[in-house]
Amino acid sequence: MTGLTVADSSKMEDSYLVADGVSLEFASGVRALEGFNLTIRTGDFLSIVGPSGCGKSTFLRLVAGLLKPTSGTVTGGGVDGFAARKRERRIAFVFQQPTLLPWRTVERNVCLPLELRGGWNRQTRGKVAEVLELVGLSEFARAYPHELSGGMQMRASLARALVTDPDLLLLDEPFAALDDITRQRLNSELLSLWERVRFTALFVTHNVGEAVYLSHRVAVMSARPGRLVADHAIPFTFPRQAEIRSTPDFAALVGRVATSLGEASQ
Amino acid sequence: MRKNTLPLSTRVLRFVLPPMIFFLLFLGGWDLAVKWFEIPAYLLPGPKPVFQSAVANGRVLALASLLTAAAAAAGFLVSVVIGLIVAFLFSQSAWIQRAGYPYAMFFQTVPVVAIAPLIVIWFGSDFRSIVITSAIVGLFPIITTGTAGLTNLDRNMVELFDLNNASRWQKLWKLRFPNSIPYLVAGAKTSSGLSVVGAIIGEFFAGFGQQRYGLGYLIFQANAALKTDLMVAATIASTLLGLLIFGVVGLAGHLALRRWHHSAH
Ligand SMILES: Nc1ncnc2c1ncn2[C@@H]1O[C@H](COP(=O)(O)OP(=O)(O)O)[C@@H](O)[C@H]1O
Ligand SMILES: [Mg+2]
Repeated sequence: MTGLTVADSSKMEDSYLVADGVSLEFASGVRALEGFNLTIRTGDFLSIVGPSGCGKSTFLRLVAGLLKPTSGTVTGGGVDGFAARKRERRIAFVFQQPTLLPWRTVERNVCLPLELRGGWNRQTRGKVAEVLELVGLSEFARAYPHELSGGMQMRASLARALVTDPDLLLLDEPFAALDDITRQRLNSELLSLWERVRFTALFVTHNVGEAVYLSHRVAVMSARPGRLVADHAIPFTFPRQAEIRSTPDFAALVGRVATSLGEASQ
Repeated sequence: MRKNTLPLSTRVLRFVLPPMIFFLLFLGGWDLAVKWFEIPAYLLPGPKPVFQSAVANGRVLALASLLTAAAAAAGFLVSVVIGLIVAFLFSQSAWIQRAGYPYAMFFQTVPVVAIAPLIVIWFGSDFRSIVITSAIVGLFPIITTGTAGLTNLDRNMVELFDLNNASRWQKLWKLRFPNSIPYLVAGAKTSSGLSVVGAIIGEFFAGFGQQRYGLGYLIFQANAALKTDLMVAATIASTLLGLLIFGVVGLAGHLALRRWHHSAH
C-alpha cells in the first residue's frame, strides 16, 4: 500500500514529491494515467486542473498510497522516514464530500486520525481544540455533522486533516459542492491556514480562478489517460489578499490557464 | 440547525391521532356493512358483539396476549442475535457470503406453516417451539440489513481509515458497526412485526392440550367452536400486539439514531 518510497539522493534536495512516468491501468482496463510526471517542492501549493475523468483523483490516491501505479514511481523525500514506515506517513486527505462520520460529534471526528494512530491522550485533546480553533469551529465541537452547514462541515474536514500535522495535504475538489460565496471564503481561510502551518499542498479543482488564487503553480492535465500538458507558475507573492482576484494580472493568468485547459480537454 | 420545539405530547399525538381516527372510521364502516348486507354473525359479527366477547373473555384474552407477547419478544431477540452473527460472518468474506446466502434465503422462502409441525415434533409442544417459529420468521430481515450495513461503506470513509493505518479491528468497531445501525433499525422494525406472526403460527401447532396458551391457539380453538366473535377479538388483539412490539422497537431505534441520523428527524 505504500505509494511512496524515500527519494534517492540524486533528486533535487527540496523536491518533496516526484512522480516519474506514472501509469495506472485499472483492472477494468481503463487507463487513468499514462506517463505522468510532476515534481512538487517542499512547502509549495500546487493545483491540478484537468477535464473531468482525466485521473486527478486517481493521482491523489497514488500519492496517498491508496493505489499502486502499474508502472513508474511516486517518490517522496525531503522529510526523514517519510512513508518508509506506514506509521509515520504524514499525509492527510480532504475529500470532495466532508466525509464526517455522522455518529460522531465534530470534536470526535477531528480526533479520529489520532485515535486510529494510537495517539489519543490528553496532549492530543489539546491538539484537537487547537485545530478547531484554527478553522473557527470551537463553538461547534460538540455538534453533530448534520447540524452544520456545508461550509462548516468542510471546515471540520479540514481540521481533521490538520490534526496530525501533515507534511502533505491532498485536497480533492474540496469546495466543489459549496456555493460561490462560501467557496471564496474557504479559499481565503485555506490560504491563511497554509501561510501559518506551511504544509505542502496538492489541490485538485475544476475552478481555474480558485487554482490561480491559491497556488504557486497550476498544473494542467490532458483528457484520459491523464498526462501533464502545461505547468503555469503563478507569480503573486504570499501572503495574498483576496483583492488580487479583481486585478487585470489575475484575470490574464486565469485566461491563460483556462485556454490551456480548453486545449487539454479536446 | 432544525430543532424540534413542539412538546413531546404534541408530537406523539400527531402520530397517534390519525390512525385512531382511521380506526374509528373503520369500525363505523364495519358496523354499517354488517347491518346493510345482513351478514350472519358466524361469518362476520359486527364490532359490538366482538367487543362484548372481548370483555366477556377478557381474562383469557389478556393471558393469551401476554404469552404470545413473551414468545414473540423472545423470538425477536433470538432472530436479532443469530441474524447479527450471520451478518457479521457474511461481512467478513465475500466467499462466506456467497456460500451462505442461499441458505439464509431458506428462512425467507420456507413456508413456516409447513415446518412448524416439524419443529413441534423436534422440540416439543411448548413455549420453546413457539419461540423458534417466531425467530425463523424474523431472521431474514436482520441478516440482510445487517450484512448491508456492515458492507455498504462510503469509499472515502474507508480511505480515511486506511490513510490512518486503521487495523481491521478498528475498522470494524469504529466504522462498520456504527454504519450498520440505521440499516439494522430498519431490519429490526420489519422483524419485530413478523415475530408476532411467527409466534401465532407456532401456537397453531404447539399449545394443544395446554393449560396456558397464546392468541394463536385461542384463534384456533374459537374457530373450531365457531365462536367467530372471539376469533375476531383475538385477531385484533394479535394485530395490536404486533403494533405494540413494532412501536417499541421503532422508538428504541429512533432514540439510538436521534442524535446523528438525518431521517430520524
Ligand atoms: N476504482 C476504479 N476502477 C476502475 N476505473 C476507475 C476507478 N476509479 C476511477 N476510475 C476511472 O478512471 C478514470 C479517472 O478517474 P478519476 O481519477 O476519478 O478522474 P477525475 O478525478 O480526474 O475526475 C475515470 O474514467 C474513472 O471512471
Ligand atoms: Mg475526481
